[in-house]
Amino acid sequence: MIAKITRVIRLQIVNKSKTSLPAQFGDWFAARGWQVRPHQLAVLGAVAAGENALLIAPTGGGKTLAGFLPSLIALADDPRPRLHTIYISPLKALATDIARNLEAPIAEMALPIRVETRTGDTPANRRTRQRSDPPHILLTTPESLALLLYQPEAADYFADLAVIVIDEIHALAGTKRGDQLALGLARLHALAPAALRIGLSATVAHPGAMRDWLSPDGVGGATQLVLGEAGAPPEIGLLIAPGRMPWSGHMGLMAAEAILQQIRGARMTIVFVNTRAQAELMFEALWRHNDETLPIALHHGSLDVNQRRKVEAAMAAGRLRAVVATSSLDLGIDWAAVDQVIQVAAPKGVSRLMQRLGRANHRLDEASRALLVPANRFEVLECAAAIEGVAALDLDGDPPRPGALDVLAQHVLGCACAAPFHPDQLYAEVCRAAPYALLARRDFDDVVRYVEDGGYALAVYERYRKLFRDSEGFLHVRHARIMRQFRMNIGTIVEAPVLKVRLGGGRGGGITLGEIEEYFVTMMSPGDTFLFAGRRLVFQGIRETTVMAADGGTGEPKIPTYVGGRMPLSTNLANRVRAMLHEPAQWRHFPDQVREWLELQAWRSSLPAPDDLLVETFPRGGRWYIVAYCFEGRQAHQALGMLITRRLERFGDQPLGFVATDYVLGVWCAREPHDIARLFEEDMLGDDLEAWMAESTMLKRSFRNVAVIAGLIERTHPGGERSRRQVSINTDLIYDVLRKHDPTHILLRATRADAAHGLVDLARIAGMLARARGRITHRRLKRVSPLAVPVLLEIGREQIRGGEAEDALLAEAEAEALLAEAGFAGDIASSVHLA
Amino acid sequence: MNAAPIHRAGHRFMLDPAGAVFWPARRALILADLHLEKASFSAARGALVPPYDTRATLDRLALLLRRYAPDVVIALGDSFHDDQGEARLAAEDAARLARFEAAHRFVWIAGNHDQAMGGATMLRDEACVFRHQAAALEAGQIEFSGHFHPKARIATRAGAIARPCFVTDQHRVLLPSFGAYTGGLEVTAAPIRALFPRGGQVFLLSRERVFAFPLAHAAKAA
Repeated sequence: MIAKITRVIRLQIVNKSKTSLPAQFGDWFAARGWQVRPHQLAVLGAVAAGENALLIAPTGGGKTLAGFLPSLIALADDPRPRLHTIYISPLKALATDIARNLEAPIAEMALPIRVETRTGDTPANRRTRQRSDPPHILLTTPESLALLLYQPEAADYFADLAVIVIDEIHALAGTKRGDQLALGLARLHALAPAALRIGLSATVAHPGAMRDWLSPDGVGGATQLVLGEAGAPPEIGLLIAPGRMPWSGHMGLMAAEAILQQIRGARMTIVFVNTRAQAELMFEALWRHNDETLPIALHHGSLDVNQRRKVEAAMAAGRLRAVVATSSLDLGIDWAAVDQVIQVAAPKGVSRLMQRLGRANHRLDEASRALLVPANRFEVLECAAAIEGVAALDLDGDPPRPGALDVLAQHVLGCACAAPFHPDQLYAEVCRAAPYALLARRDFDDVVRYVEDGGYALAVYERYRKLFRDSEGFLHVRHARIMRQFRMNIGTIVEAPVLKVRLGGGRGGGITLGEIEEYFVTMMSPGDTFLFAGRRLVFQGIRETTVMAADGGTGEPKIPTYVGGRMPLSTNLANRVRAMLHEPAQWRHFPDQVREWLELQAWRSSLPAPDDLLVETFPRGGRWYIVAYCFEGRQAHQALGMLITRRLERFGDQPLGFVATDYVLGVWCAREPHDIARLFEEDMLGDDLEAWMAESTMLKRSFRNVAVIAGLIERTHPGGERSRRQVSINTDLIYDVLRKHDPTHILLRATRADAAHGLVDLARIAGMLARARGRITHRRLKRVSPLAVPVLLEIGREQIRGGEAEDALLAEAEAEALLAEAGFAGDIASSVHLA
Repeated sequence: MNAAPIHRAGHRFMLDPAGAVFWPARRALILADLHLEKASFSAARGALVPPYDTRATLDRLALLLRRYAPDVVIALGDSFHDDQGEARLAAEDAARLARFEAAHRFVWIAGNHDQAMGGATMLRDEACVFRHQAAALEAGQIEFSGHFHPKARIATRAGAIARPCFVTDQHRVLLPSFGAYTGGLEVTAAPIRALFPRGGQVFLLSRERVFAFPLAHAAKAA
């Protein structure tokens, strides 16, 4: 893996050492005591040669300055007022931060250059002014760029554009936001063919594909790959809390005191966790032990923007000793002198961990210091595997995928809002965006038809058409109302409906703490206690679209959870964990309890071998359990669980349920299953799967996103709730009806493509089943094995969804309710719980 | 497929998991809130949602008509999403509805969405009253109504599950919405709770059967 990456790098590395800085800039570098870095000159050289550049460099290497040098130098020379450069970042906060960072060179060299930001937070009057009188350098996000591009005056606005800088490109390429940006870049290329692109990225697994993505022809033409020097390798250790290592759980709260100890020993620590719920709990746990009241703050994506800005400012000013954060601090923002990163619970992937480690890497030549804190026994293995993976630079990351059709639908309507278009021309333009390079004309035409009239097999919407064709084949938007509606719905980020949380709000008083998802609110009654924004709050009720809360509250608090909070384990890491299990020599760094646990497993059953599939069966509490050690990630295991259950049903083994973790699948039945080899035969990936996929929640959720992005239904706008509810139609219902009556509709095709995660997971299952053919180690045990304990503890904790599973759960709940009514306090479902 | 019997005022009523009530003694099929042509209503406002909702709703109605062969079908209002809905029916859907009406007697009760279409406001049959929205009852009356599109959320060991449902007590039967594109109101919401001051039962819909729970059970899903 490493060898492959270095080879790509050597083939494409560019070093134009002939380029040098103009005197004014050279003096400024010298005055700061800096030396211009080779990769900064290389980017400058590429631009001078009229080529695009992708700069891949670790954090702390002067990457941002490299991106802006060509523009600063050109504008110093020729400061005529015009929009010369746009900078696009995935985060609004990053755009603001960059504006601040550019102040220094511009002020110190007295350059006549105007820099402004334009994001969703920019006031309307400033946005209007920016349209008539643009700055030299405009810092923005993909969504704000799209809004500008879909204005009728876009062609004039971008006519003088010379440079496009795209920051943190790895966080965009391969996502729907990236698709939208790629389409936007193709549009910009049509409006300003001379504009050059500079992409900035942290280390990526597929640099060649990233270069294609950035290039104006979508296949890597006229685009140089520039690689920055590697930074010092990070120093990563395991932090094991004293006491018993838990069998299950993912919060790592038992380590709070040990973490606090580490915080004391550093100037500034970021404590990264995996979910917002975990952030709230860890923050509370740290403060429980924080006797000397070290300034420790909380930062996650649901907190109010002002609260987050305050925390960031305090970090920058060095007033904090630690911040508990989720991925909200993964990207950008380099101003704080963080000298330690602590990752609590499983890192889930090497690339993600490296991104986080980079937060403590403000100087290229200094090693970043990091500690990993496993939350349970399996996570000890995963953390150890991740440390190895980082040392080996074994990056994970999905290979490029085709662009999404729902994003294309949004783009098509957007282009029509800017000016009438001819489908032939637009098709040619779209195909220059790398994600759409292989787009079939038929798919493009279907998308255009969808935008016109819905594109249904039953053609009844003639009179509600959004576009009409003139005699030359150009498509026009039918009326201004459609444009207005469209502009309210631009963007590819679809979030679950949320409510604001207001603390101590009398009439208009109080402060906004942030947002929680609506479905969580429906589960609370007035008087309930919940944990949010690092406070223990009492739920008082809902007023309009705001949750009213007060400080205080007693009893066990509820913790808001958010859809899609959990990341699946990456394949690379899964393979390393599997290999590690079979190499007792590697266990010597593990805590004694973990080593003993594995030794006990080897003695009582077997250890899963790297290429074999270990399956255990054992009786427990009147049931038979099957535990399969697949190591393919939770989502893949869930799909496999559904397939295995159906097969057991056919075998007459009476399956009762299943549970999936990132490592293991557990299934339980009324009868003893015998034919284990037959159970895991490859041919199960047939019709069952198709049916299950179509019914699955995953597809319904994908459809909801597709429907919003493609403009089938409108976005939820805060405050607009009440009036909307009359017209809005639940997308699950639309999905069911569409699937039955128009199964090849473009939105269903987009949805199926979208479930690519699911398909990737299926590929993982298929690969696993193929590998396991003839290599299944079946252990029939008298009782549960040590390695199976964690998965049994997960039973009852995970969310199960999908038609049949739901009916089974309802039947179970109904029986329990009846028993309760009859005076039995028995809990049928949880009788399998371990003591 | 199994319908669940309930007994009120000496009569037996069957709660069908498709979301309708059958009254064997009168061979009457009772449904609420079909909201036909909701999709075309949205389309006129710029949301081109799939135009198959009427077809899907009529498909489900056809199944029930075959299953029960009722003499009379009582539609409890909001049968069309708006007063112009009937005019927007696709020709084949209109023809199909006409065939249903030729084979069974239909009583169209007016709802708030289709008030101007001239349906009756109420129907009485012995102790039973049928209307769109629940109202004050006289002693001994049994009321069948729709309007609220009730749905219930039930806690299970793997999270809460929400489904459309019937809500009943000794006096009222609140029907779920039968339309293909209609959403729901949680039974914990004040307007529904006010109708059942002494509690009641919910029957959640699913493919094969209904699932029964005390109303209080749905009140709070943790």
